[in-house]
Amino acid sequence: HTWNSSVSQVGPYIAVITNRTTNVVIRGTMLFSVGVFLALVLNLLQVQRNVTLFPPDVLSSVFSSAWWVPPCCGSASALIGLLYPCIDHCLGEPHKLKREWSSVMRCVAVFVGINHASAKVDFANNVQLSLTLAALSIGLWWTFDRSRSGFGLGVGIALLATLVTQLLVYNGVFQYTSPDFLYIRSWLPCIFFAGVITIGNIGRQLALYECKVVQEKIHQD
Amino acid sequence: MTVRERLRQNISAAFYRHGLLCASYPVPIVLFTSASILTCCYPLLKLPLPGTGPVVFTTGVRDYTIPYHEPQGEIGERPEWYRGPPVAYIQQVLVKAAVSPWDNTLVPVDVFRSPIGRVFSLLEEIRNHVYTDSSGVRSLESLCLQVTDLLPGLRRMQTILPEHGCLLVSPGNYWQNQRDLFDLDSDLLKTIHQHEPKGFHISTSLRDLLFGVMKEHTGVSLYSKKRVVTYTITIALSSYDPRFLGSLRARLKQLHPSLNCTLRDDHMVHVHFKEEIGIAELIPLVTTYIILFAYIYFSTRKIDMVKSKWGLALAAVVTVLSSLLMSVGLCTLFGLTPTLNGGEIFPYLVVVIGLENVLVLTKSVVSTPVDLEVKLRIAQGLSNESWSIMKNVATELGIILIGYFTLVPAIQEFCLFAVVGLVSDFFLQMFFFTTVLSIDIRRMERLWFLLADLNRQSPHTITLQAPAFRNLRLPKRLRVVYFLARTRLAQRIIMVGTVIWIGILVYTDPAGLRTYLAAQVSEQSPLGESGLPPHLGVAPVFPGGDPTSTLSVLPAPEPTIIPENHSNGHDSLGHITPVSPQISWGPEDEDGWKHLYLRQWPSLFSYYNITLAKRYISILPVIPVTLHLSPQEAIETRHPQDTRHQPPPIPRTPDQQNDLTLYKVAALGLAAGVLLVLLLFCLYRVLCPRNYGQNGVPHGRRRRGDLPCDEYGYSPPVSEISPLLLRGHSMDIECLASDGMLLASCCLAGQIRVWDAQTGDCLTIIPNNGLRRSSSSGGWEHRDGGADTGACLEGAECDGYPLRRRLTPSRPALFVDQPDLTPLIDTNFSELPPSQKPPKNGFDFGELVDRAYQEHEPSPSLAFTPSPTAPQPRRPSVGDQPVMSPDPCSPGPTDWDSSVWAMELRGNLIAAGRSSGKLELWDAVEGSLRCCNEDGVSGITALAFHNNRIVAARLNGSLDFFTVETNKPLGLLQYRGAPGRGSMPPSPCYRSEDVINCQLTRSVQCAHQKPITVLRAAAGRVVTGSQDHTVRVYRLEDSCCLFTLQGHSGGITSIYIDQTMVLASGGQDGAICLWDVLTGSRVSHVYGHRGDVTSLVCTTSCVISSGLDDLICIWDRSTGIKLYSIQQEVGCGASLGVISESLLVTGGQGCVSFWDLNFGDLLQTVYLGQNSEGQGVRQLLVLENAAIVCDFGSELSLVYVPSVLEKLD
Repeated sequence: HTWNSSVSQVGPYIAVITNRTTNVVIRGTMLFSVGVFLALVLNLLQVQRNVTLFPPDVLSSVFSSAWWVPPCCGSASALIGLLYPCIDHCLGEPHKLKREWSSVMRCVAVFVGINHASAKVDFANNVQLSLTLAALSIGLWWTFDRSRSGFGLGVGIALLATLVTQLLVYNGVFQYTSPDFLYIRSWLPCIFFAGVITIGNIGRQLALYECKVVQEKIHQD
Repeated sequence: MTVRERLRQNISAAFYRHGLLCASYPVPIVLFTSASILTCCYPLLKLPLPGTGPVVFTTGVRDYTIPYHEPQGEIGERPEWYRGPPVAYIQQVLVKAAVSPWDNTLVPVDVFRSPIGRVFSLLEEIRNHVYTDSSGVRSLESLCLQVTDLLPGLRRMQTILPEHGCLLVSPGNYWQNQRDLFDLDSDLLKTIHQHEPKGFHISTSLRDLLFGVMKEHTGVSLYSKKRVVTYTITIALSSYDPRFLGSLRARLKQLHPSLNCTLRDDHMVHVHFKEEIGIAELIPLVTTYIILFAYIYFSTRKIDMVKSKWGLALAAVVTVLSSLLMSVGLCTLFGLTPTLNGGEIFPYLVVVIGLENVLVLTKSVVSTPVDLEVKLRIAQGLSNESWSIMKNVATELGIILIGYFTLVPAIQEFCLFAVVGLVSDFFLQMFFFTTVLSIDIRRMERLWFLLADLNRQSPHTITLQAPAFRNLRLPKRLRVVYFLARTRLAQRIIMVGTVIWIGILVYTDPAGLRTYLAAQVSEQSPLGESGLPPHLGVAPVFPGGDPTSTLSVLPAPEPTIIPENHSNGHDSLGHITPVSPQISWGPEDEDGWKHLYLRQWPSLFSYYNITLAKRYISILPVIPVTLHLSPQEAIETRHPQDTRHQPPPIPRTPDQQNDLTLYKVAALGLAAGVLLVLLLFCLYRVLCPRNYGQNGVPHGRRRRGDLPCDEYGYSPPVSEISPLLLRGHSMDIECLASDGMLLASCCLAGQIRVWDAQTGDCLTIIPNNGLRRSSSSGGWEHRDGGADTGACLEGAECDGYPLRRRLTPSRPALFVDQPDLTPLIDTNFSELPPSQKPPKNGFDFGELVDRAYQEHEPSPSLAFTPSPTAPQPRRPSVGDQPVMSPDPCSPGPTDWDSSVWAMELRGNLIAAGRSSGKLELWDAVEGSLRCCNEDGVSGITALAFHNNRIVAARLNGSLDFFTVETNKPLGLLQYRGAPGRGSMPPSPCYRSEDVINCQLTRSVQCAHQKPITVLRAAAGRVVTGSQDHTVRVYRLEDSCCLFTLQGHSGGITSIYIDQTMVLASGGQDGAICLWDVLTGSRVSHVYGHRGDVTSLVCTTSCVISSGLDDLICIWDRSTGIKLYSIQQEVGCGASLGVISESLLVTGGQGCVSFWDLNFGDLLQTVYLGQNSEGQGVRQLLVLENAAIVCDFGSELSLVYVPSVLEKLD
């Protein structure tokens, strides 16, 4: 009874939003598309570092990496973005820090900036690169997250992802275009960490929106 | 007190003083900050404008040495990039060749076949050239730039561009530098053309690369006018050997002398290429900017509670941007030149600096108490947030300083900019933004002062507003439409789209307009053919195969430029004087590379994966080569199939062709434009709401400012809903009663009409039979049916308006369901005689009246007959003219002279109280008089009809209780009407055959000392309010007076009581009292209005009152605290109605407005009619089906609550 009445009262749109499963699917889709988009763009940044000039058909270089990389990134980001609010919920310590879209946007911008820096800035050696990127990533976490669960999950997933990538490389599924191998290894974990934090931020924000709508519904009932 | 605490206090105090300063002198401070921004940005003028255009630096050839890698101190003129050796030295051999003299036997292909053919011998010469001196033998092979593979993506060019050898390109590359292939090629143009890119292309084509000159200047065309072929042989050299090049130059000049060549050969041009931005780089860049804009959008969206949201958002963005500019300017001033790509790091800088402080500041300032002075508010807001702002700035500075110690130059530079930017941003926040904020708050304050002037008694006229919530309340679809309408988004998108489209058109240049223009310009250059008369262009100059065919053609005029002497004597061929090609060298050849260098060299080198970005090449002076070929040679080299390229019978001249292309382009462009406009127009019609852009101006007179609006100046769209107008009354409506299903109205003329509340159909008309003498207006009469025309024929008052004017002051006041206490009404009833007065002025129609009365007199022979014309429901009755109803029953006791002062409707019975003190009960459906009671003589001022009891308040202050009795027990009566949310109990439905009796059960003679003004009945209680300042509560069953409530210091003007025993009363003193009906104690007592309280309504949580001061106040019911108030237009109606817990409806001037009670914002305004001027809504009833009935002059208006609002419920 209550369900029908709420549908009739607030209209189909809100009803769809409040449906939990649908909501998770919507969030997952959004996170997936964000992940795919970021993967494409950031891949382009990395490609630029190694290739000086492009042959006339530039757009093909956007998709120059293996076709499965963007979908993988997308699914990973969907997973992470759904996992973060879940963990917050389980641990019972909701994320309190600046939960606004502007803050999320800032976070994404800083993440892209870290990528940009790693692609464009010439570092003296790989240690310097690693240290700088690590400092930047930690700074990102401190500025936008500051939760223990976020840090733990970020580190865990970053290590896991690096491991998986290395395994893929060893098995020859995937190979770097970079001149030297160490460069990638020093770069990868930090980027993964920053990415996890960013996607987690987005996921939490989306989940927050759901909470708001549900609360609204409760009020209306 | 710790150091931290002390520091905090000091900072807070400093900010407080600073805030005072800023708010006190806003204009000087804004001027000062603007001046300092400009000063700091001044050094930026010296910086080169950003762009990717190459930079040119010219040196002499003579004393050329390869520049050192290390910058030389003494050379100031050299650009920064001129260091180290160039990527390559470019030596071009510019060949101009012509078949001369031109012979009529030659075919168009001859123009370029043999001249291009000569390239092979030239190439041979260049390749084989050796220079020998003491240091050894040097050939081209040892000096030239060796290239390796082409890029993998360029396989199709493999046959053309050189690989694994010297980078030497010429038109010969089309034929792999082999003369045999050239000779075998039957269609040269096709060979050249097949490598042209298909479609629109903005980069250089292969043709431009190989020919080395612009396509238009090559002369390789069947329609060439000048018949001079120009091409270059381009050699890229890796090292510079002046002696070898000098000998090559001398050799070529010696072989092919160019007599009139004036090209300078003493300058060397170095071209530096900047980093090129490709699409691949553009995508991340665009992404960062999108993220940046999203960030700015989400940030500025949070600015709330200010006068001009957009103004402050703009100020915030300006603050950040100008702080960035200032930082770059300052850095430049102190000698640091930015090396980073500004466009790339800019978004990150903005994000790092951020808009947070600005927002925090705004929030803090607007949350200070509004009744403070502006200065103090600013100061307080600043000092409240001072600590967090300082902490923020310090943290950011710390992070950036850490970044500075990464010792990576690029990051260090970024950090430097960021630090300076942060500091200047802080400065601007403190001075610029704070001042702008103070100006804004002051503007807002002014608004509040205006309101406060009108409303002295209530200090807090702040209207609670939460725009964030407003978004949640409207349905999504409507929000989108409103958003579109409000921001004119569709218009803007269309505009931007058009601009982008035009930009793309101009940039990609699909029609070749730019090259066409360039060609036009170069043709008009002095050394072109501008000297020729214009009509020469159209003259056919291509001789056909048959020489005689040209005889019929007008002889070409003599060329104005005399051919130079390197021709022979064929000029004297009589009247057929074909234009002999002349080869001329001019300054445009010298600068030929300028047309191409932008893209030619980078793309040529990029084919071999050599980037020119941030590097330079040196272009050596060209070697001019002039070739004159004899017609014999041309004929010899001819391919057998060349002759089939005959010019068409009517040869098209290039000009004609150009013209045609131009027309084609123009026509296509026009067609496309028209199509686009039509398409966009359709889109516009589809996307945009109908009254888009003319929000609230459908009535012409009504300007936007007149509309009721919330404090943002946002007035919700005027609803498209047209209210249902119930026409029929000829005069202003006085009484209005409803039981949810039926609606009864009575006008000044005494006519009662019953309407269906659902459909608005007029069901019954109870006329004020025949003539009626108005008790007060004197001498005006009304005859049903012919009244309007009759009055006009009399010539007395044709115009309804003055008539109405004259009537209103003496209109009998009504206290039926909604008190009507506008100041126009004379509430002093004691002065009104119960019966008619002699006419004071105007026309006396007395005789006419009497005569007409006589005519109608005979009819009432039967005492209680039903109406002869069975008053069936009249379906299409809306807008009907008053129908003459034959004088019905006219029972003896009915007197037509008294007017109806009060009316109630329950079930199908209308209770009408007349000024003569008579109480009548009419059948609402059949229009027959069911019962009449004449026990009282004093006029009935108010009626309450509850179940089967009627309470009548009389003018003399007495209160009569009647019981309606039927021959049936009450339990057998049919009940009608669903038990809705309203306070109305289900009403019994009396059938027409039932005999109804109305008995006076009790009369309280001296209920009040003065006339009773308000009478309400609910929950078994009858509450009366009187002029004697008291409220009395009676029990309905036994008419026992329970309480006399005293507390007002003025007459009672309004009372509210509902089923839940909530009693509220408002008086002339502007006070509102809440009472406990069970104990008779006063719960709360507040003063809310200046002047009378005109209307009172309660919901479960709040009390809503309106007063003569045009203010609607919303009070918390339990605490008696005023939540907020709504200032309405002056002179608007005082009628109120509550549709649901959160939806309030008020009557205004010709409109009704819907308000959200929770937030106090206007949801919608519905206009009742076109000519709404001066017609206020005085009575307003909320029906059970959420429709609203209000009076509107002589019309009733039935407004169905807009669907938007229904959903809110």
